[in-house]
Amino acid sequence: MTKQTIYALSTVYGKSGVAVIRVSGTSSLKVIEQMTDININEIKPRYTYFTNIYDNNKNILDKSLVIYFKAPHSFTGEDIVEFHIHGSKAVISSVLDSFSKIDELRLAEAGEFSKRAFYNNKMDLTEAEGLADLIDAETSEQQKYALRQMEGNLRGLYDGWREELLKILAHLEAYIDFPDEELPSDIIDNIQNTVFKIKESISKHLSDGNIGERLRDGFRVVILGEPNAGKSSLLNAIAKREAVIVSDVAGTTRDAIDIHLDINGYPVVFTDTAGLRNTDEKIEQKGIEIAYKKAQDADVVICLFDGLKNIPQEFENIVKNQKIYVANKVDKLSDEQKIDILNKGCLLISAKHNQGVDALLQNISSKIKEKFTSSSGVLITRQRYREALYNTINYLSEFGFNKEIELSAEDIRLACREIGKITGRIEVDEILDKIFGSFCIGK
Amino acid sequence: MENIYDVIVVGGGHAGCEAAASSARMGVKTALITHKISTIGEMSCNPAIGGLGKGHLVREIDALDGLMGKVIDKAGIQFRMLNASKGPAVRGPRAQADRKLYKKYMLEELQKQENLDIIEASVEGLLFTDDKISGVILADETSILSKTVILTSGTFLNGVMFTGHKTTIGGRVNDVTCTGITPYLKQKGLNVGRLKTGTPARLNGKTINWDILDKQQGDSDLKPFSFLTKEITTPQISCYITHTNEKTHKIIRDNFDKCALFSGLITGVGPRYCPSIEDKLVKFADRTSHQIFLEPEGLDTDVIYPNGISTSLPADVQEAFIHTMKGLENVEILQPAYAIEYDYVDPKELNNKLECKKIPNLFLAGQINGTTGYEEAGAQGLVAGINAALKSQNSEKEFVVDRSEAYIGVMIDDLITKGVDEPYRMFTSRSEYRLFLRSDNADMRLTEKGYEIGCVSGLRYAVFKDKKQQVDNFRQQSNNLFILPAELEQYGINIKKDGIKRSCFNVMSYNDVSHETILKIWPELSEIPYEVYEQIEIEAKYSGYIKRQLADIEIFKKDENLKIREDIDYNLIGGLSREMTTKLSSVRPSTIGEASRIPGVTPAAITALLGYIKK
Repeated sequence: MTKQTIYALSTVYGKSGVAVIRVSGTSSLKVIEQMTDININEIKPRYTYFTNIYDNNKNILDKSLVIYFKAPHSFTGEDIVEFHIHGSKAVISSVLDSFSKIDELRLAEAGEFSKRAFYNNKMDLTEAEGLADLIDAETSEQQKYALRQMEGNLRGLYDGWREELLKILAHLEAYIDFPDEELPSDIIDNIQNTVFKIKESISKHLSDGNIGERLRDGFRVVILGEPNAGKSSLLNAIAKREAVIVSDVAGTTRDAIDIHLDINGYPVVFTDTAGLRNTDEKIEQKGIEIAYKKAQDADVVICLFDGLKNIPQEFENIVKNQKIYVANKVDKLSDEQKIDILNKGCLLISAKHNQGVDALLQNISSKIKEKFTSSSGVLITRQRYREALYNTINYLSEFGFNKEIELSAEDIRLACREIGKITGRIEVDEILDKIFGSFCIGK
Repeated sequence: MENIYDVIVVGGGHAGCEAAASSARMGVKTALITHKISTIGEMSCNPAIGGLGKGHLVREIDALDGLMGKVIDKAGIQFRMLNASKGPAVRGPRAQADRKLYKKYMLEELQKQENLDIIEASVEGLLFTDDKISGVILADETSILSKTVILTSGTFLNGVMFTGHKTTIGGRVNDVTCTGITPYLKQKGLNVGRLKTGTPARLNGKTINWDILDKQQGDSDLKPFSFLTKEITTPQISCYITHTNEKTHKIIRDNFDKCALFSGLITGVGPRYCPSIEDKLVKFADRTSHQIFLEPEGLDTDVIYPNGISTSLPADVQEAFIHTMKGLENVEILQPAYAIEYDYVDPKELNNKLECKKIPNLFLAGQINGTTGYEEAGAQGLVAGINAALKSQNSEKEFVVDRSEAYIGVMIDDLITKGVDEPYRMFTSRSEYRLFLRSDNADMRLTEKGYEIGCVSGLRYAVFKDKKQQVDNFRQQSNNLFILPAELEQYGINIKKDGIKRSCFNVMSYNDVSHETILKIWPELSEIPYEVYEQIEIEAKYSGYIKRQLADIEIFKKDENLKIREDIDYNLIGGLSREMTTKLSSVRPSTIGEASRIPGVTPAAITALLGYIKK
């Protein structure tokens, strides 16, 4: 059998007041029948029942609250039963063990409940991905954002644009398919303007500095400097702090010296780089090239230098990004030297003695926050969306009335199709609905 | 048993005629059974063929050697190319027909068709051997055996007509109904529902004040429907336009309670694009006027078809509101409007050959499948006829037209994957490959395919081959003729003078370059017939878009070529939700492409299905 009923512990395994085990699938009621006192012929959906839980030898395992969600009115769209049991490891293990002995049941795979919800049209693609992010969310900002996305934040935005484009398309199609009808004469007039506005909105949405993806994968801070400026010491000093070390996110671990931190709720990835200097050595040159490339892609670049030396010229090569000039080895400087460096707008630290690192992190945090809040409220969290939106803009740029109307319609149709790809929707019938809803068509 | 037919077609409407003719063209022994030979090819509603999407269908029928195009070319009394000012993909040929001539020429076509018997009788039952259909039972209880049967019953299955609260049993005014067949279909488990449609009153043209009405003339350059017709020779007439007004609307509103539609008598769903006048007043309450076309039904008749005021109001109310309209103040009503409700079969019961999945060898075509329109019916009849003929010979072959090949394919695919919730009519916006599926290239798209299966005559094929050769030659030639930007200037074409030569094809692609200009630049091209020139001109003007659509079509074809076995058990596929399993099991799509177009079937389900069939 393929469509098996699945179960899983929905709360974290460990000691807690209450633990929740969820069962989803056609045999959910059978679990109630076999393991509780409840008569399944009388059970009402969405009511809470208090009952003993038995193992297959009729030994009492626990007393539990049981709730039945009848398909399709459940999270997955299937029959779901929730067991709220006492959260001791012994109880959880024994109940899960009994579940595993019921034939039709198997342990759910990671994300399988959401997957079933998605298969059953309980959520669209952006919602499903939002939920995946929520489960993966490791920092508070991420969590807040993931939650908003799941609630259809992006979907609302994208569907809104798509809706407007579909309306335009319906107007064009009505104009094409019903040439003998008396259509309002101004329908074509406003279209160009509306398309322009939508294009602007999408462009603005796209020019958010990849904040959404950053929230998922971490903001990038790169430490740049000459050899022996103290880059590794700084990285160590940062890593040793009591900030939570966040687990690696897939795809960001190519570099062994990346470290992931949570700074004031923002996920941040720190990267060390090869020391900058003039060299003929091929491998070192390559390393320096990579250092520059990383710095260009970073959100914040820490330009670290030895306070006893001058500020290296090479930092001028980084133009695009937020830079923080940081003088290291402050412990070796005289007060005069310190004042001189501070006057140049640099921060002073001693990586070795862990001085000034807090202030540096604070500075980084405020730079990230600045970047975050300057963008519009809704963020693009997936590269896939970004690509589709770029394509949408391209098609909309092609649009105009300087060509045959069926080609103008084709531009809009393709644009709609691109946005539709994000939320996974189809269109022909929607267009016809709009035509017949907006005009008096037909003889 | 020598009296066994290969194909029996039940019904002599537009679907039935094409079905019988295409089956007979395939060379199998065919019978068309109709209850009245005199109504073969009857235009029960408006006296016109074609339009947007519909005109495309007629061209496609013609490209497959069907009858409709040839017949309307002889019976047409006002030809218009709709959207002539717009681009080639959305131009739709349309013609007013002389109702009598249309019937006459249609019957002539059928009578001269080899392998075809025309039988006048009422079919009131179906014969089965095992679970397969094996013939029909007539009203006098005689049986006629056949290897396959095509039902094209139109509005005749349990037809009921409404004029106000008065109901009449019948499939058309002055016609009987057929009650015998539906029970057989239901008994075999087919999902049968009710749909409705309507037809307006008919007016006496002698009592219309034509002088004060706006005239609508046909085109001066008459474009035939058929690729074989050289010239239209039937005399041409004009139509006229009048409007409803606030007085008209008031009378209708005051009598809403007398209308069959709103009183709950009619339960069937009607088409939104062919709404009754009372529907229009409810839905578009702010409109104070609606356009009404007055279309003559023929050259030697005074009967006028008022296009735009179909209604189910009582006859006296009809008379009152019609008399409020300009030019119709004293008009005589020859026959009141009526609404009609009839049985249809959920087209999801059919496969892409229009054969019932539950009843092997039974094919359905036309309004019985929930469509509306002569053209939609004819196109289905043609496909059903070819496939029934193939099936009767136990052929391995099948005739399936897909969405990327023709509007016929779009329609059949829509019907069998989505079903209908109102009578289905064709629009160009239904096609995702609209720029490619044009009325001008229907022959290029279909004639070869039809010839290979055997439904296209040698004559038509020869004409097609010749044109195709010329098109190919000209395509090559247009890429081998060059001109410099500086030289183009003298023809009024200003482009960047970069010294790079432009090909004739390039120049043709410019928006404002006409055929005349091209001929001035390259006089040697005046030898090329316009319909050949036109093909390359369209390719040039649409070039970027066509390329993209062809790329899309390639992707589409991949999914279409992934066949799903007929006996697949969806319960065995991992990762399919119960809802998906139910949806797929009820439609039983024959390809992955079809499956993906079933409403509500998710990409995830398709992935799971794909994984399963590829195993």
